[in-house]
Amino acid sequence: MEYSYSFLILLLPFLSFLVLGLLGMKMKKPVAGLIGTAVLGVLWCMSLYTAYNYFFAEGRGADGLFPTVTVFNFTWMKFTELLTFNIGFRLTPISVMMLIVITTVSFMVHIYSFGYMAERDENYKKEEYEPGFQRFYAYLSLFTMSMLGLVVATNIFQMYLFWELVGVCSYLLIGFYYPKHAAVHASKKAFIVTRFADLFFLIGILFYSYYVGTFNYDLTADPSLVMKLPGAAYFLPMSLFLMFIGGAGKSAMFPLHIWLPDAMEGPTPVSALIHAATMVVAGVYQVAALMPIWVAYAPNTLHYIAYIAAFTAFYAAAVACCQSDIKRGLAFSTISQIAYMLTALGVVTAMEGEGSVGYMASLFHLFTHAMFKALLFLCSGAIIVIIGSNFKEYMGGLHKYMPITNICFLIGTIAISGFWPLAGFFSKDEIVDACFHFSPYLGYFMTLVSGMTAFYMFRLYYVIFWGDSYYEQDPDHRRKPAEVPFIMWGPLVFLSVISIFAGWIPFGHFVSLDGHVEEIALQHFHFGTTAWMSLAVATIGFALATYMYAPKHNPLPNKLATAMPKLHKAALNRFYIDDAWQFFTHKIVFGCFSIPIAWFDRHVIDGMFNFSAWATQEGGQAIRPWQSGDVRQYAVWFLTGSVALTLILLCI
Amino acid sequence: MTFLTLFVVIPVVMLLALWLARNDSQVRGVMVVGSTALLALAIYLVLAFVNARETMPAEQYPFLFGTAIPWFEPLNIYYRTGVDGISVVMLLLSSIIVFTGTFASWQQHPMQKEYFLWFTLLSVGVYGFFISVDLFTMFMFYEVALIPMYLLIGVWGTGPKEYSAMKLTLMLMGGSALLIIGILGIYFFNGQFSGQYTMSVVEIAQLHAIPAFIQKIFFPFIFIGFGILGALFPFHTWSPDGHASAPTAVSMLHAGVLMKLGGYGCFRVAMYLLPEAAQQLSWVFLILTTISVVYGALSACVQTDLKYINAYSSVSHCGMVLFALVMMTQTACTGAILQMLSHGLMTALFFAVIGMIYHRAGTRDVRKLGGLMKVMPFLAVGYVIAGLANLGLPGFSGFVAEMNIFVGAFEVNDTFHRACTIIACTSIVITAVYILRVVGKICYQKVADESFFKLTDATWDERVAVGGLILCVAGLGLAPLWAQNIINDAVAPMIHHIMGTGAVAGM
Repeated sequence: MEYSYSFLILLLPFLSFLVLGLLGMKMKKPVAGLIGTAVLGVLWCMSLYTAYNYFFAEGRGADGLFPTVTVFNFTWMKFTELLTFNIGFRLTPISVMMLIVITTVSFMVHIYSFGYMAERDENYKKEEYEPGFQRFYAYLSLFTMSMLGLVVATNIFQMYLFWELVGVCSYLLIGFYYPKHAAVHASKKAFIVTRFADLFFLIGILFYSYYVGTFNYDLTADPSLVMKLPGAAYFLPMSLFLMFIGGAGKSAMFPLHIWLPDAMEGPTPVSALIHAATMVVAGVYQVAALMPIWVAYAPNTLHYIAYIAAFTAFYAAAVACCQSDIKRGLAFSTISQIAYMLTALGVVTAMEGEGSVGYMASLFHLFTHAMFKALLFLCSGAIIVIIGSNFKEYMGGLHKYMPITNICFLIGTIAISGFWPLAGFFSKDEIVDACFHFSPYLGYFMTLVSGMTAFYMFRLYYVIFWGDSYYEQDPDHRRKPAEVPFIMWGPLVFLSVISIFAGWIPFGHFVSLDGHVEEIALQHFHFGTTAWMSLAVATIGFALATYMYAPKHNPLPNKLATAMPKLHKAALNRFYIDDAWQFFTHKIVFGCFSIPIAWFDRHVIDGMFNFSAWATQEGGQAIRPWQSGDVRQYAVWFLTGSVALTLILLCI
Repeated sequence: MTFLTLFVVIPVVMLLALWLARNDSQVRGVMVVGSTALLALAIYLVLAFVNARETMPAEQYPFLFGTAIPWFEPLNIYYRTGVDGISVVMLLLSSIIVFTGTFASWQQHPMQKEYFLWFTLLSVGVYGFFISVDLFTMFMFYEVALIPMYLLIGVWGTGPKEYSAMKLTLMLMGGSALLIIGILGIYFFNGQFSGQYTMSVVEIAQLHAIPAFIQKIFFPFIFIGFGILGALFPFHTWSPDGHASAPTAVSMLHAGVLMKLGGYGCFRVAMYLLPEAAQQLSWVFLILTTISVVYGALSACVQTDLKYINAYSSVSHCGMVLFALVMMTQTACTGAILQMLSHGLMTALFFAVIGMIYHRAGTRDVRKLGGLMKVMPFLAVGYVIAGLANLGLPGFSGFVAEMNIFVGAFEVNDTFHRACTIIACTSIVITAVYILRVVGKICYQKVADESFFKLTDATWDERVAVGGLILCVAGLGLAPLWAQNIINDAVAPMIHHIMGTGAVAGM
């Protein structure tokens, strides 16, 4: 077997989790960290080797396609003779691509965390690793295992299983600083919101399996036969859409996005790994994995995804423009970028040709975005380590003190804004291109959003690295910022290099919907109108941000905020979506159901039984005097009874 | 007489030994030896059963290791034993709970000897119930299991213990009053219509003589009679009070095993012996159980006592057992048995941890607890794991059971069943809400009270109990196929019989 080692890709991180989880507290902290990191290093090498093997050594099969390799697939549960729950390991172009994304980012995060998860003195010298360091690495290992299991799933139920596991890892890691109320609250919110979405995912899977008779991605069944089942024409698209709702929960689509900004309470490396690069794109991956079925059975329903995602992209970009917490700003940017990917998937209309470009574009963007967004988050982590706060008010003018971080953050910003020749330009313009093919309106809309992207990202960059310096306002009493140690900037530089060059990967040669080679025109300098247009819009966004935020003491942003107080306040409060959900859970679910039901149970139902007990007792009390032991009374009863009986007998 | 009788003999010998024991360490010694022997016996039974099934398929031999000794000839009451896949896993579950329960009550005071006497007597009833296949013997062991509960809660309980004990016993006794009517009905009408008076479950099923209209009279008696024990809405109210007052190991045994008698009886007696009635009346119970599932979960959301939360959660999860049973598909019923197994283990774990926390902190009020992860990490981790298992996280047993139930329930394709299934599915979200609310409040955040800093973590005996249960929950969750195969083997012929789709099971 060519990939026989691949079971280790799941087993090693699981073992590392068990070892760190059970024995971690007995180990020295760096030892625990090294175990986790070493395992990830091995995984990274294995993934690269797998990718090399899959794409180059083995290459395309006789039909000109990359084969789907199922390395192993065993029955985990058996529902009926035909319907089984399998767990396996499947290699397809996209799962191999995801293997690389996950292990690369995870490996960098493992290294980076040695620097981040440490307590430092005034001169930023490391004193001691943080408490719970072992636990942190244990969770990271578990997460990596679950995420890898998710992407190599051979069927939708296996995906669901690991989907739940990544959810719980996210829960545990967001709540890593568990003494903090905000962290606990955020972790709870993240889990419950995604669980709510997963409910739809589960129901979708159940409908799907009922109509199709399998959990597999690839239907061998004839579409016309499947559609003949009563109700299938209605239920199959519905089941796919229900599954997408699950994906929308994980990928933070409007209005289920509310958990992601709060999830930033977790340690920053976690935000980079889980809430930027890997777990949150699970929804994209899910839709992509099911894409042939979508196109075959529910082509029209598919476009709803595009509309929802396009709105989300706009909404999140608008909110990102006025966040003062840098991590939340990045979180909204993540939501917006994932929405780009889903929009691209939603505009797929055919299995090949022009209509299928969105698929490749989406996954290309997933790949590049994972790199530069992880980079941006890790940069912001470096800043937070130095500044000790997430808020932009404490930053400003950092370019002098943190030159490496400055350059890396700038690279990330340029990449995400979509300027040639960095990674974001190619992937995002492919998406916009695909949108134009679907509908020019959508194309213009997404172009507008990419202008907003450039604006809010450069705004973030300027308020952190330029503008008024918080330190310089009062240098005697404030800590002087400094550059982070190598263990932290090393991963930054590595990811920056990828962010610069990733755009030149001929992605269409590896991943495309029909499996045949697709060329990305931009990589051959064939710029169409759309490319020029989005470059122009991005430049406008960049120029506006530069004008507003680069100079020191520019009163314009504040003026704008006071000119439109309502809009500004609404954007600051994320357009009150969180409040709407809060109302729904507290007032409707708790207020209208839980509390009345609990009351009803204690007072009505239980009251009924208590009443019957009481009535029995009272009844007993009432008839007790009859058994008085008083002979005269008995005589009276006896006499009355005899007379009555005699009379009755006589009457008859 | 086969080795199955040992399941009753060992606890009886333990009773004698306990009676003779002179001090606490002897009492504990007897309990450890006895419960270990029972656990070993249960494991041996599983292996022997799997082995024997290879030569004796379930279609011809529904019950293995059978014995039949006449006990009261005029009424054809026999001491009849035998096990199929369902009883095998239930016996294994009981042994695990008795074993861990022993360790969980290591420091039970006062009157440890008397406590363990009643505890062991309770287990006699439980084991006897699961090994018998004679209606009357089953009923007798059922009664044996009920009585000790009254004393265990009434004497060693906490809070309004006399009230709770009385309520629990009276309600369950009410259930057995319904049961005896149902059992006699089955006995006499089966005899009348088939000409062969028998108490044997297998023979009655084989004869299949009771006409549908009579079945419909007795089905509700038996289903509700056992349903009360299985926390069927609206007969579940003994559960919150009873659990809240019971001492730790009694809660474990009660929720872990005794409530399973309910689900087991509903399936084995009510549905298996009265199949036509089950088909025709299932819709009533489907409504009730769907309510149970959601109602229990919603009630749990606003409780403030840890044990109440868990008791309502049990209402929801046991509701799921009965819900799956009345779906009457093979997958769902396998799921129901798995859910019994899984719920038994999870809830025992939960009650064990709650008891230990209560023992230390002196309160079970969610509002007064907090930050336990700092002061007693082992117990807090145990609580978190129990919580995650309870909300159906993959890798733990809850997920396995729930997925079987949902997939099985979806096989029934009509709008009514679909709607009920989808409503029941929502419980997975509500469960997450109440579990995470409590976990976030009591395990995480700041330590709520200065005095908590002095509290100690679990002792070795508590670690054995909690660790053992976690191991079982994870074991079933990671490798469910073996349990599923054992259970399915028994469920398949029973479902064929109930739905009338296959050959009637023969002796």
